[in-house]
Amino acid sequence: MTSPLREARSRETAIPVHLTEPSGAREWDRRHVLDLDDFSVSEIEQVLETADAMKEVLARDVPRAPALRGTTIVTLFYEASTRTRASFELAGKVLGADVINLTASGSSVEKGESLIDTVRTLRAIGAHVLIMRHPMSGAPYLAASHGDARVVNAGDGWHAHPTQGLLDLYTLRNHIGSLAGKRVVIVGDVTHSRVARSDIWGLSKLGAEVVVCGPPTLLPAELGRDHEDGLPLVTVETDFDKAVQGADAVMTLRLQQERMTGGLLPSLREYSRLYQVNEARMEKARPGAPVLHPGPINEGVEISAAVAHGARSLIEEQVTNGVAVRMALLYLMRGLK
Amino acid sequence: MSERVLMTAEDVRRAIVRIAHEIVESHRGSHDLVLIGMRTRGVPLARRLAAAIEQIEGGALPVGSLDIGLYRDDLSVRGTAVQIAPSEMPTDIKGKRVVLVDDVLFTGRSVRAAMEAILDLGRPRRIQLAVLVDRGHRELPIRPDYVGKNVPTARGDDVRVHLSETDGSDEVAILPELEQTSKQEELS
Repeated sequence: MTSPLREARSRETAIPVHLTEPSGAREWDRRHVLDLDDFSVSEIEQVLETADAMKEVLARDVPRAPALRGTTIVTLFYEASTRTRASFELAGKVLGADVINLTASGSSVEKGESLIDTVRTLRAIGAHVLIMRHPMSGAPYLAASHGDARVVNAGDGWHAHPTQGLLDLYTLRNHIGSLAGKRVVIVGDVTHSRVARSDIWGLSKLGAEVVVCGPPTLLPAELGRDHEDGLPLVTVETDFDKAVQGADAVMTLRLQQERMTGGLLPSLREYSRLYQVNEARMEKARPGAPVLHPGPINEGVEISAAVAHGARSLIEEQVTNGVAVRMALLYLMRGLK
Repeated sequence: MSERVLMTAEDVRRAIVRIAHEIVESHRGSHDLVLIGMRTRGVPLARRLAAAIEQIEGGALPVGSLDIGLYRDDLSVRGTAVQIAPSEMPTDIKGKRVVLVDDVLFTGRSVRAAMEAILDLGRPRRIQLAVLVDRGHRELPIRPDYVGKNVPTARGDDVRVHLSETDGSDEVAILPELEQTSKQEELS
């Protein structure tokens, strides 16, 4: 059995990278949102611009607009989630779509229905858009290749979480402006993080200098190699105190407790001593550099309480922006037959 | 290609001044008035109208810009999404007298969408409609309250409004259907 990571990698290398493209064309013809690796810069820009209009809708007394009236969205979650599922559901409802939520437990999946059959069934009952989370890397690609529903990847294994990537870009840009040339540090368990993978794609496409930091056991071996395999160029730094030096922003990853049992970390205490995002370390970053975290946070482990709830923290804003960015994507995908 | 000029820059200026007077007359002043321009060319028109009204009445008039992208009724007909931008309201429109401003009134569908968008933003006391050109061919029961110029057209004619803010100079021209070579790109 191939590892999810290897699957993820081979998929990433299979799709060509568009690093430069004029952002003049305004047509949207993307059927599926599976990862950011095949997004053009102009597509990313279009999503971020549209999200601005969605924020205006969300700020109203009654946040409603009828753009997705008659559209049926199904969220199909094979893995636990609160914020992502709620965020998609709200995004659909604000724009007037019908949203049906399905989880693996309590559905035909428990009776052994295959993924492909589930996707076909959902399409047959009239689902236009399928929002899917799955523990296996690549599962949304399989769903996208069967039937004609549009598929949005809401997280697959260790591979990708493109809407989180887009909302991180949106949130960052609202705070530090254009990302071109900005030093953005991603710190934590990069190996097991689909958020990190999508963030790296998005950030490097918008021209940021990406620094990846964490204990060597939690950094994928392929990172930091040359550009030749088509992967984005990142700097790898295992010393967080060095990595954070002059950073324009820090993106913290969640440390999953189960990593300890796998022998990848000696102790939580040691991890937080070396890699915790705290005020003392953030002093070395650019003044006022913001801190992001995809949540849910382990306070006192990967991030200190003072930073998580302090002035630098964009964590709550990420959640709000997540709804706007997902509204933008659903709106843009809506016109497609 | 023979474009026929319907309004010169001077005609556009006079029409705006006249409409400004009509609005002031109809509302007995500019109290509680909000001008809302429909993107794209309705916005500079609304600003000019506001400036003209301020000349007559004094004081400052709030001007908003409205994006109707989320309210169009042709969303499922069109192949791709229309780029949208945030609507910007300078003030709470609840209880206000709103004058919606657009460049060309044609089928009335954009105006319907605009009214729905405005009602989602608040409950104005009244909504009126001011347009620079009314070219006819309504598909909905909508009529303008203030018109710069009524122009009889054939359905397929192309009426183009140029404004200095968006296009470098002021002019309204018509390109008859029979003489169009690439009309598809202008249908929006």
